[in-house]
Amino acid sequence: MTSTLQRTPRAAITRTAATNRRRKAFAPYMFLIPAIGILLFGLGYPVIWQVVTSFQKYGAMQQLGGQAPPFVGLDNYIAVATSPEFWGVAIRSIVFCVVTAAITLVIGMLLALLMTAIGKASRLTLQIGLLLAWAMPVVAATTVWIWLFDRRRGAVNYLLDLIPGVDMNRFDWLGTPSTFFIVASVIIIWMSVPFVAFSAYAALTQVSEEVLEAAALDGAAGWQRFRSIIFPTIRPVIAIVLLLQLIWDLRVFTQITILQDAGSRSADFDLLGTYIYKSGVAGLDFGQGSAMALFVLALTIALSWFYIRSLLKEDKQS
Amino acid sequence: MTAALIAPEAPLDRAQVEQSPPRAPRDSRPGRSRRRVGKTLLGALAVVIAVIWVFPVYWMINSALLPKSYLESFTPTFFPVEASLGNFRAAIADGTFFSALGISVGVTLTAVFCCLIFAFLASIAISRFRFRGRTSFVLAVLVVQMLPAEGLFIAQYKMMSTLGLKGSIIGLSLLYIAAIVPFTVWMLRGFVAGVPIELEEAAMVDGLSRTQAFLRITFPLLAPGLVASGVYAFLQCWNEFTIALVLMDQSSETLPLWLRGFVQQSSTRAIDWGQVMAASALVAVPVIAFFLIVQGRLTSGLVSGAVKG
Repeated sequence: MTSTLQRTPRAAITRTAATNRRRKAFAPYMFLIPAIGILLFGLGYPVIWQVVTSFQKYGAMQQLGGQAPPFVGLDNYIAVATSPEFWGVAIRSIVFCVVTAAITLVIGMLLALLMTAIGKASRLTLQIGLLLAWAMPVVAATTVWIWLFDRRRGAVNYLLDLIPGVDMNRFDWLGTPSTFFIVASVIIIWMSVPFVAFSAYAALTQVSEEVLEAAALDGAAGWQRFRSIIFPTIRPVIAIVLLLQLIWDLRVFTQITILQDAGSRSADFDLLGTYIYKSGVAGLDFGQGSAMALFVLALTIALSWFYIRSLLKEDKQS
Repeated sequence: MTAALIAPEAPLDRAQVEQSPPRAPRDSRPGRSRRRVGKTLLGALAVVIAVIWVFPVYWMINSALLPKSYLESFTPTFFPVEASLGNFRAAIADGTFFSALGISVGVTLTAVFCCLIFAFLASIAISRFRFRGRTSFVLAVLVVQMLPAEGLFIAQYKMMSTLGLKGSIIGLSLLYIAAIVPFTVWMLRGFVAGVPIELEEAAMVDGLSRTQAFLRITFPLLAPGLVASGVYAFLQCWNEFTIALVLMDQSSETLPLWLRGFVQQSSTRAIDWGQVMAASALVAVPVIAFFLIVQGRLTSGLVSGAVKG
C-alpha cells in the first residue's frame, strides 16, 4: 500500500532533515537484525555445510573413524542421479505432493464458499469442527488415523464392510504402497484443509457485497459472479495458500515415518523426506544425503518459482 | 453447488459419511422462499462436514475412554459406555509423560516468545520502510520457508553437538525459531501493511512522535495479527517432530516423540489402542483447549487481517 517513508509526514519535516534521513536509513536494518541473525544461525550455516558436504565423501569412516572428509567432486550427485530407486521415490513424491495439494485446495475453497452461504450457527459449527482438526498435533492425528485404518478392528474397515457388496474385512491399508499413500494423503488433506478454508474464507469476506449485488441485479449467474468478481479478489490468497501446500506436502516426513512404524519400512513406502533420512542419517552417508537434500531444495524452488515471483510482485505493489 | 460440495468429500471419508446424521431431505416443499430452503440445506451440509471432520478427534477420545474388552471386539463401540480413565493411568504410569511435558512446554514458550518479537520487528521493517536490500530480504524469507527440514537436519545435528546444545531446550528452541520466523514475518507483514499509514500520519500531525503514534495507534490494531501469528507459532512448535527426532534423545524427548514411542511398540507386541489413544489425547487436549479459548479471536484475527491487507 502507501506505507513508504519516501512520503515523509509533514509534521516530521520540521525536524532537521539530515538526522531524519540517517535514522530512516538505520532503523529498518536494526529491526531486521534478530530475524536475520537467527536465520543465518539456524538455516544459513546448515545450508552452506550441506552444499560443501554434498561434494565430499562423508561416510561412516569420516563420521565414526575421525577421518577428514575428502572432496570427491560430483561423485555423490552422479551416484544419486543414476539410481533408479531414487528416481522412483522422487517421481512418487512429486505426484503425491501435487495430487494432495490440489485436492486440499479444492476442498478448502469449497468449504470457504460454503461458509459464506450459510447461517451463523452452522458456520460456527463448521469452523469449530475444522479448528479441532487443525489443532490436532500431527503425531496424535497420525496415530488416530492408523487406529481408524487398523486392519482387524479399525472403524474404517468395519464401516466399509457394512456397504453391501464391499468386502473390506481385514483389508491391510498399510500393507501395499498404493493404499499406504492413500491413507497418508487422507491424513494430510484432513489436517491441511482447515488452514486453506480459513484463509480462503478470510479472503472471501473481502469481496464487496455491493459489487456482488450489482452483478446479481445485472443478471450474472452464480458461476459468472464467482469467475469475474469473487475469484479475482481472492486469487492472491489462493496463490499463497497453494504455494504453501505444495511446499509442505513435498516435505511430509512425520506422517510417513509414523505410518511406517505401523506398516512397512521398505523403500517402496518412502517419499523423499524419509528416503533422505534413511540413506543420510541411518545409512551414515552424509555426502549422498546432502546431494539428495539439495535436489529437493532445487525441486521446491523450481515448483514454486512462479509463485515466489508473483508474491514479490504483490509485495512491490503493496 | 451442493452436488459439487459433496463430490470431493465422498472418496475421502466414505466410511464416515456412513455413520453421520442423514442429510436434510432435498425435496423440500416449494412455495416458501427458495433461497431460504437452499440456505438451510447448505447449513445442514456444513454440519455434516463438521461431524466428518471432527470424527477422528471424537474417535480418539472415545477409544481412550473405553475399556480394553470393548476395543478388542471386532465390532467397534461408537459411544464411550463404561467410560473410565484406566487407559490414561496406564499411559502415564511410567512417569516419562511428565518429563516430556516439561520439555515441550519449555521449548514452545521460549520459541514462540522469541519468534514473535523477531518476526514483529522484521515485519515492521519490510512493510513500513523502503531500504536497500528489502527485496532480497523478502525473497530470502520466501525461499528459506521452503528449505526442506530433511535436508538440513544432518547439518543441524552436527552443529548442535559441536556447540554442546544437543538434547537441550535452548538448542531445540533456536532451531524452532529459525524454522518458524519466515512464515511469521510473512503473516505479520500482511497485518502491518493492513493498518493504513495515514492513521499514524494523522496522529503525528496531532503532535505525537513516530514511536508514540506507532505504539498508540498501530500496535493495538495489530493485536489480532499477533494473536494469530502466536497461535500459529505455538502449534508449529508443540507439534514439531522432525527436528526433535534428530536432536533430542530418550531423556529429553518432547511429547510428539513420547507419543511415537507407543506406535513403535506395535512392531514388537500387540498394540494396546486404548492406551495409545489416551496418550494421543494427552498430547492433543491442551492444544485443543487452547484453541477453543482463542477460537473467536483467531478467526476474527485472520479475517480482519485479510480484510485490511
